[in-house]
Amino acid sequence: MGLSLVEVNSKQRGASSFDEPFYINMGPQHPSTHGVLRLFLELDGETIINCDPKIGYLHRGVEKLAETLNYNQTIVLSDRLDYIASCANNTAFCLAFEKLFGLQVPRRARILRTIVNEMARISSHLLWLATHALDIGAMTVFLYCFRDREWLLNIFEKICGARLTHSYVRVGGVRQDFTLEIIEDLYKFTEVFPERVLEYETLIDVNRIWLERTKNIAVVSAEEAISLGLTGPVLRGSGVPYDVRKFRPYDAYDEVEFEVPIGKNGDVYDRYRVRMEELRQSNKIIRQCLEKLSETEGEPVLPENAPDLLIPERVREPEPKPHPKKGFIFTGKEVPVVPPGEAFASIESPKGELAVYVVSDGTNKPWRLRIRTPSFVHISALPELAKGHMIADLIAIIGTLDVVLGDSDR
Amino acid sequence: MSDLFGELREKFRAQILRLEAGDPPVITLKREGFLEVVKFLKEQGYNHLIDLCGVDYLNFKPEKKEERFEVVYHLYSIERRELIRLKVPIPESDCWQYSLTPFWKTANWFERECYDMFGIKFKGHPDLRRILMPDDWVGYPLRKDYPLELDEEREWKVYKELKERARSS
Amino acid sequence: MEFSSQSLYAIIITAVSALVLLLVSLFHVAYLTYAERKIIARIQQRLGPNRVGPRGILQPIADVLKLIHKEDIIPSGVDRPVFAIAPLVSLVCAGTGLALIPLWQNFVLSNFNVGLLFILALSSLSAYGVILSGWASNSRYALLGGLRASAQVISYEIAMSLSLLSVVLMAGSFNLQDIVKAQLESPYKVYLIPQIIAFFIFWVSALAETNRVPFDLPEAETELVAGYFVEYSGIRFALFYLAEYFGMVVMSALAVTCFLGGYAGPFEIPGIPFFWFLIKLYFLLFIYIWIRATLPRYRYDQLMGLGWKILIPLGLVNLFMTALLKLLL
Repeated sequence: MGLSLVEVNSKQRGASSFDEPFYINMGPQHPSTHGVLRLFLELDGETIINCDPKIGYLHRGVEKLAETLNYNQTIVLSDRLDYIASCANNTAFCLAFEKLFGLQVPRRARILRTIVNEMARISSHLLWLATHALDIGAMTVFLYCFRDREWLLNIFEKICGARLTHSYVRVGGVRQDFTLEIIEDLYKFTEVFPERVLEYETLIDVNRIWLERTKNIAVVSAEEAISLGLTGPVLRGSGVPYDVRKFRPYDAYDEVEFEVPIGKNGDVYDRYRVRMEELRQSNKIIRQCLEKLSETEGEPVLPENAPDLLIPERVREPEPKPHPKKGFIFTGKEVPVVPPGEAFASIESPKGELAVYVVSDGTNKPWRLRIRTPSFVHISALPELAKGHMIADLIAIIGTLDVVLGDSDR
Repeated sequence: MSDLFGELREKFRAQILRLEAGDPPVITLKREGFLEVVKFLKEQGYNHLIDLCGVDYLNFKPEKKEERFEVVYHLYSIERRELIRLKVPIPESDCWQYSLTPFWKTANWFERECYDMFGIKFKGHPDLRRILMPDDWVGYPLRKDYPLELDEEREWKVYKELKERARSS
Repeated sequence: MEFSSQSLYAIIITAVSALVLLLVSLFHVAYLTYAERKIIARIQQRLGPNRVGPRGILQPIADVLKLIHKEDIIPSGVDRPVFAIAPLVSLVCAGTGLALIPLWQNFVLSNFNVGLLFILALSSLSAYGVILSGWASNSRYALLGGLRASAQVISYEIAMSLSLLSVVLMAGSFNLQDIVKAQLESPYKVYLIPQIIAFFIFWVSALAETNRVPFDLPEAETELVAGYFVEYSGIRFALFYLAEYFGMVVMSALAVTCFLGGYAGPFEIPGIPFFWFLIKLYFLLFIYIWIRATLPRYRYDQLMGLGWKILIPLGLVNLFMTALLKLLL
């Protein structure tokens, strides 16, 4: 089906008899497919009989590109995956590389990473709520969410100079420490933010149309959700308390206290509730981390043995003892910077479980870098969820899965 | 973990090539009889298929691999909070693997991607076609012998047509 | 027939007043878009248009100029004559209703006995514009939009007629002028008080008739991109918008006439004859805009459910109760 961009499907043309289903091509240019997702729909009236998602319109070959770049350079590629929460992608890449290099991350850097990760989660969830509500038709929520996301992006700009593609997390730690101004800004933000969440909830939570549009739509049972590979808030909406932050803690998540909200029915409404609760929990985590920051004042944010930005292919090993006059004497023996082997790391990105599997052959470039992105898996579940629903529900389902096409196509 | 290894060794002596403890433990399996081991593991509680991917080991220096390809699975047990990695070597001349779609629906797209990128066919897959690349694409991009930039005559034919049309108009 | 000078005089008067009414209502429609953008901007904590003229007051004029200058694209494969005529059908049917509304005691352009029926007929006809454009565009999204529009108009037409019938029953006339007069003679002065249920039904149906949020399914931009007018551009596109806002004005004017006592107010304001009518009209238009900024969109089947399962039975009960009370009292 759909051989190329130019060709029109032959099935679509010449549908003359009345009992033939109605085909519609939703996307890749459509206001609510969140990017370049293309859905080939088979309709009976407005009911969806079959849905065939076609992805790859944003395929940039990150996995292939990464094989030609050295480890630190791939982090810039990771920004472009889920461009709404780029800090989470940076962290996943760095965690995998650190496991490969055998690096220990300083405590302050771990706390800073946790903060930016949770900020990324809040900003991603705000964008999700904004677009999800807009898709369903509530346009005011959209601008309310963007107001607060703007605030957060300004803080990001102060932290690392970028608003969207941060590249803030580095192998071994983070790029630079927070200034006092940033910490103050974050304190202010965390104080106000819970009220703001309440504000969004008053806008839509008790709205009857919102409830009718979201309750009992796209119900997924717990078993079904696991079989479909759903992760993150979508899985937790079905009542499975699987959260990588709790199950395989990374960074400073074992030091902070937070709850993992879960839903009951596994419908669009429950996932909405889970994400709203996560906004509050993220706020709580940032708050706790800010207090921990004062404990670790002045500690380094990058370990001394962190690799250079441009990792050399091999380094010469110095003699164990420095020569009193000549400094180090190189013995001529070359050792690879990166040990050969493989590493796997996964994090709880705002969209779901983001896993990175890296195979090294001892050079400064990864032999194979595999990225398991939540959006890819979530789009694969779309046909199962959409079957039997109406077009209007499909919009709600795309919204509830929270897909980013940069994330799914890589 | 060790009792799982013991049990595996006992039950599937013929299928297992290597067992390595570590973080996470790695089980290298033969392709034949692979499905039974996965079925057993799923019964043991490894119910979450995190990832499925192919790796091309063409001219891999640090280690001599017997076969060119490997399909790597990451399984996770949500109840026991344990991760394991399965590896199945696939020879280049006989490039196929059993599909996991009967056990996990999510394997569907992972396998399609693996096929798209490495050309590894999956037996028992309901709908094996390209996913990220266009349907009429030639070659498997993530193979090590596939260049990063294609020369002009090997470009995708639709793209070539579009270019020509733009030039003529 | 021979024209006497008197009838010629009457024709000229009518023509002039029709022209004035048209210009005034076009002005209102243009500034309704401006008001909508400003009010929604306020609700959403942003500024709204503020570049053209002071506080963006000239924005509607700039918009009109832009739309007129745009290329009128007629895609290949469309049914050309129908495609071209559909926006006009929409606009004419939506706008003509204004001629029948008594704007003032002494000012009603065409005062005839079945005015209410005529307006209802026109608003049903305006659905043809939508359906025809959906059909003629030869686009799947437009067709779905047209289908939704026809289903929606048919079901909400009934509810609206039922609610207006109770008013007719109370006033004893289809003439809009007489309905206003009957209201003023009744002890309540406005029919909003005895007919609050009818007003509710009328208002919900009016939202649906004019394809406004939360019933903007035919044009649902996040589902059907723009629904029935997805293939239109330039001035034809503008005509559809014009029709929508005309529809809003006519429906609000009808609500003012039938439920809020028309041109009458609590006290007379000398020199400004249309004052009370306009105040009531603006208030209702504000409610239109307010709803748009607040509510999400209904789903197709929920919309049908609401129409057939709630509004129509409610309208029937209300009509029956009105008839019963009228019989007893």
